Amino acid sequence: MCVAAPMKVVEVGEYSCVAEIDGVRKSASIIALEEVKVGDYIMVHAGLAISKLDPASAEETLRLMREIVATEKRNDEIH
Amino acid sequence: MKYIDEFRDGALARKLVADLEIEAERLSRRVTLMEVCGTHTMAIYRHGLKPLFPEKVRLVSGPGCPVCVTPAGYVDMAITLARTPGVIITTFGDMLKVPGSQTSLVKERGAGRDVRVVYSPMDAVETAKSSPDKEVVFLGVGFETTAPSVAAAILTAKREGVKNFTVLASHKVMPEPMEALTKGELKIDGYICPAHVSAIIGERGYRRLAEVYGVPCVITGFEPLDMLRGVIMLVRQIAEGRAVVENEYFRVVKPEGNVKAQAILADVFEKSNAVWRGLGPIPDSGLAISPRYESYDAMKKFKLSEPDVRENPACLCGEILKGLKEPLDCGLFATACTPENPVGACMVSSEGTCAAEFRYGERSRANA
Ligand code: SF4
Ligand code: SF4
Repeated sequence: MCVAAPMKVVEVGEYSCVAEIDGVRKSASIIALEEVKVGDYIMVHAGLAISKLDPASAEETLRLMREIVATEKRNDEIH
Repeated sequence: MKYIDEFRDGALARKLVADLEIEAERLSRRVTLMEVCGTHTMAIYRHGLKPLFPEKVRLVSGPGCPVCVTPAGYVDMAITLARTPGVIITTFGDMLKVPGSQTSLVKERGAGRDVRVVYSPMDAVETAKSSPDKEVVFLGVGFETTAPSVAAAILTAKREGVKNFTVLASHKVMPEPMEALTKGELKIDGYICPAHVSAIIGERGYRRLAEVYGVPCVITGFEPLDMLRGVIMLVRQIAEGRAVVENEYFRVVKPEGNVKAQAILADVFEKSNAVWRGLGPIPDSGLAISPRYESYDAMKKFKLSEPDVRENPACLCGEILKGLKEPLDCGLFATACTPENPVGACMVSSEGTCAAEFRYGERSRANA
């Protein structure tokens, strides 16, 4: 029930859209989002799109994860 | 970018674990972090994260599964409705096995009542449209994440003039029980805040916890890398003596949350007192259907009131939901209480703490 998944929007209607994950298509209400376009990634929870994923923020998160300050600090001390 | 695989990278996970170990060395004592969300609990077990945490970091599960905290009295009301001629009950699948005081919905269905599992509350509206001579009741449980989809279904029913659709609402909100837990017996040093509840309510909901109670909060995604990074951020705050709300999951959670969803919630629901299975009554922790939408309120339409039901005294769910006990402390665990035949609610839903322990516990202990 609480399982939300990032799905790719493939069709957009007035109140709902069709979104896809791993080849499975489901319709989702889009009344809680501002603007939805084909190709967007949305988080779908119990048939409602609750959030749009932001690609720039996702890249930024991965960058922050790769940039592991403490580990590097330790390496500096060793060398 | 598929937003999943990238956040499960094993090499990166190992680096994050190393980083966590270094951060944890700065702690002057062992700390207790609580993940309040059932989906986090499940992710921790499924990805075998628990054994990776350093000695000084203890993780406990909180009350973050709406199914787990649904009181038996609510289930009894749903069963009363299921037994009412002409009523179709529609629900998320995880509600079926929740024990009421006498029986459960799955047993009622076995006895011939019309109980149907739907994927979304919108599907329940469709059921109502295709069965105009029946009354279709949707069992509305869930936190701020799920409540908007139920509100959206009510708005759809209104827009389309569907008159035979109602919701038996038992929605709950997260910040209030977190505050109640903070004042409780267990000293919680930091919160891993629920990911998708936060997508709706934003960072604001946890501010009081940080500012008034001095408990660090980090909103964290559900992928293993997110969880590791969220724990690092929490440990860092504790080590530095800070307490603020940080957002690790900003690719999904905006600081202000989902303002449109908040407006839909405020339109359809109003704050109410609610009873949490295991935790008891918590003021302002529930969402009841607003009088503006009372024709969609099953409580009103069928003149129901929630009975006060005593829970099985041997079940430790309450202590588990407060982070005071663990599944293995319960004498019923894996004997009288199993996922097939749950006694307490923590065993019902796949993300309940006892169910996660039952399914993955041995493996994660073997890895330890
Ligand atoms: S078990 Fe069901 S209700 Fe509980 S957190 Fe998981 S999905 Fe949500
Ligand atoms: S094992 Fe069963 S009875 Fe015991 S606490 Fe868990 S859910 Fe409750």
